[in-house]
Amino acid sequence: MNHLSEEQLILFHYQEADEAHDLNLMEQHLAGCEVCRSRLDDLERELALFGEAPVPARPPDYGEQVWLRLRPRLMERPGSIWSGFFAPRQWVVAGGLAALIVGAFLAGRYWQIRQAPEPAPISAQARERILLLAVGNHLERSQMILVELVNADGKGPVDIAPERRTARDLVEANRLYRQTAARDGDLGMASVLDDLERVLIEVANSPSEISSAQLDSIRHRIEAKGILFKIRVVGTQVEEREKSAQTLPPSGKT
Amino acid sequence: MNRMEENDAAVVAQVLAGDRDAFRVVVERHSQNLFRLAYRMTGNEQDAEDVVQETFLRAYRRLNKFESRSSFSTWLYRIAVNCSLDQSRKRRQQDERQLAPNPELPDPMLALPSTDPSTERLVLSAEVRRRVEATLNELTEKEKAAFVLRHYEGMSIEEVGRAMGLRANAAKNNIFRAVQKLRRALEPVVS
Repeated sequence: MNHLSEEQLILFHYQEADEAHDLNLMEQHLAGCEVCRSRLDDLERELALFGEAPVPARPPDYGEQVWLRLRPRLMERPGSIWSGFFAPRQWVVAGGLAALIVGAFLAGRYWQIRQAPEPAPISAQARERILLLAVGNHLERSQMILVELVNADGKGPVDIAPERRTARDLVEANRLYRQTAARDGDLGMASVLDDLERVLIEVANSPSEISSAQLDSIRHRIEAKGILFKIRVVGTQVEEREKSAQTLPPSGKT
Repeated sequence: MNRMEENDAAVVAQVLAGDRDAFRVVVERHSQNLFRLAYRMTGNEQDAEDVVQETFLRAYRRLNKFESRSSFSTWLYRIAVNCSLDQSRKRRQQDERQLAPNPELPDPMLALPSTDPSTERLVLSAEVRRRVEATLNELTEKEKAAFVLRHYEGMSIEEVGRAMGLRANAAKNNIFRAVQKLRRALEPVVS
């Protein structure tokens, strides 16, 4: 038998046989061939390096967390032709937020144009106000958690159960806002929400009581990215837009 | 079909009969595995989380297309692989629009003074890890998916083919090419 090819060695390593590759024959050859044995050792050593790449651990109740986030999105029976169309959160939030985010974060630059009398349906205005309020509230709640964590007393174990609960509540909403911002091409907003989401997930997946080292790691993530500052800036923009929306006369009503 | 697969098939039937909450069983059972697969595919924790959600959502919506005689987990993996590829494409487009990292900046790990053997080991290990990640990202989508499913998930080549919608021979060739590329990339640090 000739020396084994690289493909044969790969198949032998994974213990995969087929009509053309008999594992017993390969094994017999390897037992008597120093060259192939050494090539197999090299291959196995190299492939072992790929086994070292770690995957971040999920908490034991991860499946439950996934279900809690997923469940509200499963409104229709599977296979229904309306399931995608009427998925309510996507329909209301994505559609509404498209208007909101474009309105709140991009339309500032078109503000002058918007001053011109341009009748809009009252429902769109009302929706925008409500959604602005929702995003403002989301950012405010997120900010409160981050401030609590940054200012927590880090000597000894720290109880972060309340922040953890709130973070779990906020993760899903944040994901929707981020995805909508990204879809609408508002990369600045999407990037701030992306940074925020990483912290929220880290907090949500932490145990209720964390060590001072773990707290430092969370603080470091918050501070290194300047997340608090960015949230304040974005929050102020939302607030200003919200005030402007409130002062506008309701259009479409005659 | 093993007991878990039988159980999955029974859950699917229950959901299709109108018991939406029965879907929770498969979500809780497969979430950890799907996260691991998605993380290996995307290399990003946040993206992997998104992939897990999207996979279950797509699976739920297409549940009536699942054929109960096949393996539910393989079917789920197939959806997860596709979601991971979609997510990776989106991430690449997003990254391309942002500023690329400065290649002139030295790797901080490599800048460590290597005065003792343990530091050298650390630096080498960091370099290997960096190369492993970089090389995995340079594989084609099919090569990467095939390698991840075979090497990390321990699927047989035939199962890899089923999970990727490929013939076993095509799956095998993708694994060969992936392993060969990965070995070439690691040569400088392991030889």
